[in-house]
Amino acid sequence: MIAEFRLFPESASSISSQVDHLFFYLVAVTGFFVLLIFVLILYFAIRYRRTRAGTCPPVASSNRLELTWTVIPLMLALTMFFWGARLYVRMFDPPADAMDVYVIGRQWMWKIQHPEGRREINELHVPLGRPVKLIMSSQDVIHSFYVPAFRIKHDVIPGRYSVLWFEATKLGTFDLFCAEYCGTNHSRMTGKVVVMPPADYEAWLAGTVPDESPARAGAELFRSLGCATCHGQQAPTLAGLYNRQVQLADGSTVLADTNYLRESIMDSTAKIVAGFAPVMPSYRGQLSEEQLIQLIEYIKSLQDAEQAPVHRPAIQTEPRPSRRLP
Amino acid sequence: MSVMPYTAELHSHETYLNRSYTLRSWLLTKDHKRIAILYMGSITLFFVLGGFAALLMRINLLVPAGFMAPDLYNKLFTMHGVIMVFFFLVPSVPVTAGNFVIPLMIGARDLAFPRLNLASWYIFVAGFLVTACALVAGGVDTGWTFYAPFSTGYSNTFVFLTVLGIFISGFSSILTGLNFIVTVHTMRAPGLTWFRLPLFIWSLYATSIILVLATPVLAITLVMVAFERVTGVGIFNPALGGDPVLFQHLFWFYSHPAVYIMILPGMGVVSEIVACFSRHCVFGYKFVAFASLAIALLGFLVWGHHMFVAGESIYAALVFSFLSYLVAIPSAIKVFNWTATLYQGSIRLDTPMLYALGFIGLFTMGGVTGLFVAALGVDVHVHDTYFIVAHFHYIMVGSMVMGYLGAIHYWWPKMTGKMYPEWWGRFSAFTIFMGFHLTFFPQFVLGYLGMPRRYATYDPQFQILNVLSTAGASILGVGYVLPLCYLLWSFKYGSDAGPNPWGATGLEWQTPSPPPTHNFERTPVVTQGAYAYHEMEPAGA
Amino acid sequence: MPDEDTILTREGILAEQFDDLAQQTEAGTLGMWIFLATELLLFGGLFTGYISYRLAYFQGFHEASGHLYFTLGSINTAVLLTSSYFVALAVHAARQGRSRAVSGWLLGAAGLGAVFLAIKATEYYLEYREHLVPWMDFQFEGAYPAHAQLFFIFYFLMTGLHAVHMLVGMALLLIMALLARLGRFSAEYHNPVELTGLYWHFVDIVWVFLYPAFYLLNPHS
Repeated sequence: MIAEFRLFPESASSISSQVDHLFFYLVAVTGFFVLLIFVLILYFAIRYRRTRAGTCPPVASSNRLELTWTVIPLMLALTMFFWGARLYVRMFDPPADAMDVYVIGRQWMWKIQHPEGRREINELHVPLGRPVKLIMSSQDVIHSFYVPAFRIKHDVIPGRYSVLWFEATKLGTFDLFCAEYCGTNHSRMTGKVVVMPPADYEAWLAGTVPDESPARAGAELFRSLGCATCHGQQAPTLAGLYNRQVQLADGSTVLADTNYLRESIMDSTAKIVAGFAPVMPSYRGQLSEEQLIQLIEYIKSLQDAEQAPVHRPAIQTEPRPSRRLP
Repeated sequence: MSVMPYTAELHSHETYLNRSYTLRSWLLTKDHKRIAILYMGSITLFFVLGGFAALLMRINLLVPAGFMAPDLYNKLFTMHGVIMVFFFLVPSVPVTAGNFVIPLMIGARDLAFPRLNLASWYIFVAGFLVTACALVAGGVDTGWTFYAPFSTGYSNTFVFLTVLGIFISGFSSILTGLNFIVTVHTMRAPGLTWFRLPLFIWSLYATSIILVLATPVLAITLVMVAFERVTGVGIFNPALGGDPVLFQHLFWFYSHPAVYIMILPGMGVVSEIVACFSRHCVFGYKFVAFASLAIALLGFLVWGHHMFVAGESIYAALVFSFLSYLVAIPSAIKVFNWTATLYQGSIRLDTPMLYALGFIGLFTMGGVTGLFVAALGVDVHVHDTYFIVAHFHYIMVGSMVMGYLGAIHYWWPKMTGKMYPEWWGRFSAFTIFMGFHLTFFPQFVLGYLGMPRRYATYDPQFQILNVLSTAGASILGVGYVLPLCYLLWSFKYGSDAGPNPWGATGLEWQTPSPPPTHNFERTPVVTQGAYAYHEMEPAGA
Repeated sequence: MPDEDTILTREGILAEQFDDLAQQTEAGTLGMWIFLATELLLFGGLFTGYISYRLAYFQGFHEASGHLYFTLGSINTAVLLTSSYFVALAVHAARQGRSRAVSGWLLGAAGLGAVFLAIKATEYYLEYREHLVPWMDFQFEGAYPAHAQLFFIFYFLMTGLHAVHMLVGMALLLIMALLARLGRFSAEYHNPVELTGLYWHFVDIVWVFLYPAFYLLNPHS
């Protein structure tokens, strides 16, 4: 207990010291005002204590004073807002070259899936100095993925993906906590983030028993669930789709990110691609979170090369009859 | 000057208390003063229950592995939150000091709707009884925030009963708020214009606006949760395409303004006490009055700051963060004005004044930590940790409970006609202040270190700070027990207070202590502003 | 004037916390408006949920709406609007002190309210028979059964809440009709009738929003 005692957390990510700097600024500014008020109150209480009977002068109001202590706090507050906002935008804008890792939260454990195949429970191995993008969802209730040493956190929600990114700047093992109350063992839904030198990480990834990569499993699912029947013919081709802009039937454009892919599988009619009919069945209730990840990894792996040509909305010359697949 | 149609023939000793001693006269009363006493008894009991849960929680947190099963701990923190928020803090000052003092302060015989006021108490008690059934039957473990889908589809505890109890008690809030607004609009004494009203009235008016507009949204949200518990299908269920985050939007739309329901009345109390015990009009009266309204209005626009990492869009987060900084400004204005009121005043540190100054200090600290959590980049780290717990306890407990105790001590002579023992009062205020800091300051450190909230067990690195916090809690507990004892004692043995022991301005001090049932022999006519201390007889040292 | 006020107090018309009838009337009216504001927010929470899902799942909601009984819903709208007209006539009569007319129009409005509820109950029964009640063996032959279930949850919750308010409103109408019949109101004192009218109109307005939200999304018989 004593040995581990600290008053300030470790700083182990590219963003953590930036958060700490804002924190110290806030401590300084607010500390000043707290001290000011405390000192003034103490001073006035003593200096103007009631010593003998006497009337007090009527209070003179002062609009200038009011304006001053409105405007100055407002200006200071705005600096805090801007600084915090800039930091936040940076915290949730993953770099393009970040490596993806999937996280599934469930009562009461964390399941990690590396795209190359390795799976972990309650542990996340990452390489030093590389941006890591976590794509997270929950199998049941809302959880929250929190690594204090990295100063990062995001809720993990059933029914959609949340994205969190970080770049570890220190080797070592760091606490992972669930930070959204999720039932009986909420406080035991903890884990570790292990930051390794990049070479060690590659070796670890290769591991002793390579699990099948999710993309391979996803390819199999793509066939067995009948996706291949339509996609590539009367349904939009999926080659090169990931992270492209897609034009929708209502005229708007949307980015085909992981949430878009997920939504298209679960609620296909939410966003209809321009030039196509809303006939894709919903797979809601038929896929586990792991299977969803596998399908998405497969779709991401589809490059232009020997697959179908670059994705663009197909131009239909005649309306297709609506059809429901089994 | 209007003449009351009912002229009360005042006996020299007839008061609202000794008018009749029968149980029936209490349970069927329409007198706002008796209703205030009924409420005071109820919420004191509820506070003790909620406080007992907190005590058990803090004992459990003495060791990292805890003493009790996690399920029990989870039920304890849920009940602590539910009882303290809905059955103590939200009613606190409005239903006790508000009910008692508002008609007196504006020169009226009662509130606009006395029977509705009594109904409001019965509804409140009924709501608690239903919630207590859930407690007795085995408790509820969702947290007072009832997040879906845990509360709607996964918790194996008495969620339906609990939300039903809270739903019922919500109507009590709405009726009280409605009563206050109508009373202040229509029943002020002749000459009592809006800007001659005491700031306590302004605060309660602003509070009442929030009560009537925000509470119904909570009511309907709880209905949706209850519906899903009972039927098994609901709109927050992801399996149907439902959105659990929608629950959070609806829930916080009430629950954020609710925190202003909880603090605004305390601010009103502080204005009264600081003015009286510095014998000074509150500096910047109009600014303080409008600041109350500004807090009420802006308070409706910031609910999304509870959801910065919950899945709302970045744009929403930016807007809510910005607005959250704006809502801090009127509170800051109040703190500066109260401090300026002390300047060149004639200050006495009686018990109510100690509570009021304690409020200002602790509110300043709690309020500035709000600036931390409004900062998006910092909130990502501290959200759902003990930093948040410390932040809101500094305001809810540090400020608001002190504000409540300040109100009780300030108006105790008026309510009971008795004075409490002053040195015990000062000692308790001091004990509470010190115990409070020891309990909750370490929690700021714990939170930034990364200890999440609602943890029945925790990592050993956090133990020392937890032990400090529990030590503080025991001192705080003693501080709360003392007033319970000496205030009850003073009922029988306290010295007689007289109509105006503090030499305060305000119409409530122009009647005997305790007041007669109909408050005023003749409806007063007001000819000056609220805090005309400079025109009063100088008070003794 | 003291004597008039004393008479009114003795007759139980002027409550003792008020100085005069004008104050009491003002207080009552303000109180009712505030109460209606709370009701607006109560329904508002449900409308918020409904709107956000309708925006996300328009296709599914559109499909589900087609299964409602458009004709019955439209008849109901006419019935309720007419009942509000009757209530307006009752208030007008009250201002003129014509108590018999007040009673008659209020009873008529209550009667139409009963017709509304009877039609609503019929719709509910028919929907139950078609397995459209989300928590009772819900079966939906369409492309978006999950979204249809969401639609019907809102439909039953919101029209149900509305129906509860209608029941309360009808009770108020009947009470006021009785009091009018007993001669309790006059041209000088009839505020309870006005306030009841306000409440009834509000309940009507809520329906005026529910009807297009649910029925007009995909109106066909």
